[in-house]
Amino acid sequence: MLTSQAIEEKIPVKKILDEGLIAGMNVVGEEFKHHRIFLPSVLLAARAMYAGMDLIKPLMIRDNIPTIGKVVIGTIKGDLHDIGKNLVGIMLKGAGFEVIDLGNDVTPDRFVQAAKDEKADAVGMSALLTTTMTGMKDVIELMKSEGIYGKIKVIIGGAPVNREFAEQIGADSYAYDGMKAVEILKEYVKDK
Amino acid sequence: MRDFLYRIRAGEIIVADGAMGTMCFEAGLRVGDCPELLNIENPQLIEDITRSYLEAGSQIVQTNTFGGTALKLAPYGLQKRSAEINEAAVKIARRAAGDRAYISGSCGPSGKILQPYGDTEPEIIYASFREQINALIEAGADIITVETMVDLEEAKLAIKAARQISSTIPVMAAMTFDSTPNGFFTIMGISIEDAAVGLKEAGADIIGSNCGNGIRDMVMIASGFRQATDMPLIIQSNAGLPKVENGKTVYTETPEMMAEHAKDLMVLPVSVIGGCCGTTPEHIRALRKMVDSWAA
Repeated sequence: MLTSQAIEEKIPVKKILDEGLIAGMNVVGEEFKHHRIFLPSVLLAARAMYAGMDLIKPLMIRDNIPTIGKVVIGTIKGDLHDIGKNLVGIMLKGAGFEVIDLGNDVTPDRFVQAAKDEKADAVGMSALLTTTMTGMKDVIELMKSEGIYGKIKVIIGGAPVNREFAEQIGADSYAYDGMKAVEILKEYVKDK
Repeated sequence: MRDFLYRIRAGEIIVADGAMGTMCFEAGLRVGDCPELLNIENPQLIEDITRSYLEAGSQIVQTNTFGGTALKLAPYGLQKRSAEINEAAVKIARRAAGDRAYISGSCGPSGKILQPYGDTEPEIIYASFREQINALIEAGADIITVETMVDLEEAKLAIKAARQISSTIPVMAAMTFDSTPNGFFTIMGISIEDAAVGLKEAGADIIGSNCGNGIRDMVMIASGFRQATDMPLIIQSNAGLPKVENGKTVYTETPEMMAEHAKDLMVLPVSVIGGCCGTTPEHIRALRKMVDSWAA
């Protein structure tokens, strides 16, 4: 509603995006991080943001406004737990990234293929299970043999994962939550 | 066996069992395999785990049906086998326990998010629980336990499904809370007070919490429930949060630590005490000893 009003009022689409949708999701992300709001509010806010994004997407293409970066995300093979990954997706989209969500139970092949096809800036992997988190290393190994390791950043997250583990397997960074992932990836695309 | 709820109301403290899922992984369940399919494909493993809890002193053993709704089985392509899987699980537990323990049919979350936050209609979740719980009760479960819930609405749907099938079967309902700077909440934002009111309203007999961060938080959560309600309580704590050491998952809270904190639960009192992820028969043995010395 607010987005269509803004479009009618001829507010520049970049401004609608940055000062409307992205600014709004930023507030939501901060509040969630500090436990002042919970998952239902984030999911509702995401719906509103997606509806707004759909409205401005044609205008962004028309005005040739690029997204700030492209990220391929998914949960590791064998892992069907996707709430965390979905939250990261919401926060990234809300920050202006283009997100290619491969869903659950994603094989190393699919991660690597999508990263190459989409010319992604980064790959984001999530695992809830201690038994699946080791699969992150398989993705990184495949990225190495395909020659994209180091060119496409790897960021990982999920309950059992930590910074030490990220270093062990050769991931570029570890994000504790969706907001942290946004922060790290923004920093990364800024340098590009 | 005497009536379960009668014993609870008479003030008895009952020891339940510990983890099933983490024990299955310990025994070689592979990543990506469906733990509930073991009821069909490796019933002996489930029976052995159940027996080890009985030998440790469990008076309630849970069926291996945490993910036994058709909705939760669907990603494995097993959605049509919910009734079969749940029935098999009760039979395994009964084979192990005979009449020396109560069989509790475990019902975990559907994995779906209800409208309007997610895309699933309440009718679909209700029907999925109804099918599961019907199979559990038909096969002879003594108790239904709705557990690890984070959405109160979903928990209520499961409880109502149980109540609709049987007005007399004891129903226990437990939710999972996170510690936040503003107190304990589920990830969906449900407070202990909300849970206490909602779970009772839906028809549960015993309410409380399972899973989570470990026994210290659980003592605080149990106190919160006690302040909010006069109902009998259930607490099943994880053995802390999992850590990874040398590529292996370890839970750090010892049986002794859990038993020591169980004293704080018994004074409230909490009527049903058991373990969740990472607990073993050794944890239950220690709990058993503590509860027995308390009662003596």
